[in-house]
Amino acid sequence: MTDAVTGAAKGLETPAGLASVEAVMSMLAQSGYIATPEIATAVYLAHHLRKPVLIEGPAGVGKTDLARSVALGLDQPLIRMQCYEGLDESKALYEWKYGKQLLYTQILKDKIGHLVEDADSLDEALHKLSGFQDIFFSRDFLEPRPLLKAMEQSTGSVLLIDEIDKSDEEFEALLLEVLSDYQVTVPEIGTIAAQVPPLVVLTSNATRELGDALKRRCLHLHIDFPDAELEARIVRTRVPGVSERLLERLVAFIQAVRGENIRKLPSISETIDWARTLILLHADSLDPVLVRSTLNVILKRQSDIAEVSGKVEALLEGGDKAGR
Amino acid sequence: MERTLTRYIRALRSAGAGVSTTEAMDAARTVEVVGWEDRSVLKTALGTVLAKSVEEKAIHEQLFELYFSREAAAAAASEGQPGEGGDPDSGQPGEGEAGADPQSGDAEGDEGGDPVEALSALARGENPGKLAMALERAGAAAGVDEIRFATQSGYYVRKMMEQMGVEALEARLMEALSRRNPEGEAEAEGLIGTRSALQKQARAFVEARFEIYGKSAQDAFMNEILAERSFGALGRSDTARMRALVERMAKRLAVRHARRRKVRDRGRLDVRRTLRANAGHDGVPFDIIWKIKRKDRPKIVAVCDVSGSVAQYVRFLLLFLHALKEKVTDLDTFAFSAHLADVSRPLEVLPFETAMRAIVDEVGSGGTDYGAAFLELDRDFGEVIDRRTTVLVLGDGRSNYSNPRLDVFKQIADQAKRLVWLCPEPAANWGSGDSCLLEYRPFCTLLTQCSTVIDLERALDEILMAYD
Repeated sequence: MTDAVTGAAKGLETPAGLASVEAVMSMLAQSGYIATPEIATAVYLAHHLRKPVLIEGPAGVGKTDLARSVALGLDQPLIRMQCYEGLDESKALYEWKYGKQLLYTQILKDKIGHLVEDADSLDEALHKLSGFQDIFFSRDFLEPRPLLKAMEQSTGSVLLIDEIDKSDEEFEALLLEVLSDYQVTVPEIGTIAAQVPPLVVLTSNATRELGDALKRRCLHLHIDFPDAELEARIVRTRVPGVSERLLERLVAFIQAVRGENIRKLPSISETIDWARTLILLHADSLDPVLVRSTLNVILKRQSDIAEVSGKVEALLEGGDKAGR
Repeated sequence: MERTLTRYIRALRSAGAGVSTTEAMDAARTVEVVGWEDRSVLKTALGTVLAKSVEEKAIHEQLFELYFSREAAAAAASEGQPGEGGDPDSGQPGEGEAGADPQSGDAEGDEGGDPVEALSALARGENPGKLAMALERAGAAAGVDEIRFATQSGYYVRKMMEQMGVEALEARLMEALSRRNPEGEAEAEGLIGTRSALQKQARAFVEARFEIYGKSAQDAFMNEILAERSFGALGRSDTARMRALVERMAKRLAVRHARRRKVRDRGRLDVRRTLRANAGHDGVPFDIIWKIKRKDRPKIVAVCDVSGSVAQYVRFLLLFLHALKEKVTDLDTFAFSAHLADVSRPLEVLPFETAMRAIVDEVGSGGTDYGAAFLELDRDFGEVIDRRTTVLVLGDGRSNYSNPRLDVFKQIADQAKRLVWLCPEPAANWGSGDSCLLEYRPFCTLLTQCSTVIDLERALDEILMAYD
């Protein structure tokens, strides 16, 4: 095998959790994340090809959670950067500590007279000064922001760039250097390369089309709503107190609701919230009254709630049939 | 095996999934990491590297099965002859005929070097591996991978047959027939059987290749033709393809206009925000913040004539506008013939086809009266038109000799940001008969013919441009 593998070896030896696709799956399962083979393969490749993973999919299917679980499983710090409109390099890469720099100039002003006191000519004074280190623009005054921080972790890290589609297009361009070479360039200092390349996870809700340049640098993973069996496994892991009977019925109901013509489909996070709600209400099965009164947990739009609450009986029945 | 991968990538590209060179290199590294052995792992792994959108994933999903089941067959074929021809694609043009390369040295041993006898052996299917090999070689020599249209398959089948040496067989056949005796006829019958068996194999081979390399090219060609056809001339069978086409174009348009909604106005300092941003630096202005101009979001009011003559065009305009939903969030739709009605609601809640039927049932009857429609629009819905609004009229302007109410039309035009009129008729017919387009024309920002989906895309592009 060639540079793909040696490249990873150069950083550090491959952690046990990333040794094979199966190992990734069991590592994620231990952190409470039930991964499909697609998800596990993407994480596995991300490490071995040293490439960032771009995850797309509807809200609430566990995109952000994946990064968290990988960090937990690998026992590495998770460095998270939430994107938003107007995010720029001073908030993503680094910033100068202006206050400290100001203070430094103040001190310099006080001391400088003392230093060049005994110099006769201007030339001599300059010569004396050049002996001092130029620390005004140095690491001491650099405030690392998430991207730079991720480069500086000596143990490796998981860098989560959340909701990249919310940021401006210019910001994408800024990310390219970080994502392809794992380095950050600070004009006054130079290029800072990552000691251990972080595992980078980008998530997107597809509110806008991402640039080609960014997509080409990433592995692409699309996470969709899970099927009934997988969803039941996820809920069982996340809400251990749920009874099998309730679990089966509530998953069947959610799956049926996703087939309806509604604007905002419930996703896994809603299923989990609903399971927790039902446990709090000491329910061990679903009936139309209970479903109607708790619909607002899974549906977040008034028009959707109105649409579904008219069909609760039919959906429960349909879900039952499918469940059996 | 590297060739297998590059050829697969080529197949992906011809199926419409854009695979760049970097991605191809990533794919090669991926294969090194995961290996060829586990088919399903390979599939998901290549999926993450090569397919970068849901559509591309679907293409990959389909093509992978098609392509690698063929590869598997070819690999099984070569297993019988260890050490040589392990790569089914290694056949060079010109050496496709059995007996033309060293590998068939052993073949000659049992077939006595007679090409016709070799062909009959192949056709009898005694050695499926050898048959698959021969087909692969002939296919490569005939350049079957270049196939683009289903109608080309006859040509490629013939070329493959020639590569396999069918000419010798045909000569023998002619000779056998010319003997005009029972033995000759019996031999001829056998040869004809061989020939048609081989032809069947070659045809199946060509068709499989067409699935991989040609189908999407043909699709693209059909789309191209359809895009230039007038909506009025569309058949029922084109509708589904047209809908898919409209959706794709709308997506492309939305991406093109998905530029930022803010423009930095570098000339003017935003004092308030600058002070606030620099409070942490003791008020020393390190960060200068300039004023930002926010751009208007597109706001479109579509006014559509749904009388019989224009209804078909309206369908596609509305389909297009609704596919643009993400981009054009502020959209009001009105339909009229004799009367005007707000149809935004049914279009939003009902499935598109149902909504269209309901709209045509509701307002599509009676003589078209443009004057009355504009009057009703101004009187009842005047408040939806403001200086950010583009009013989009789709109609032929044939008003059955009623009063065009130019005064009302002028008022609407003055209120709106722009007024765009799309007319299905060619410019030569404007103003003929009961058409009052030429009278409306001075008040329109843009009056253009719009009868194909390309016209439609251009017009909407133009409209959205005003908001960029």
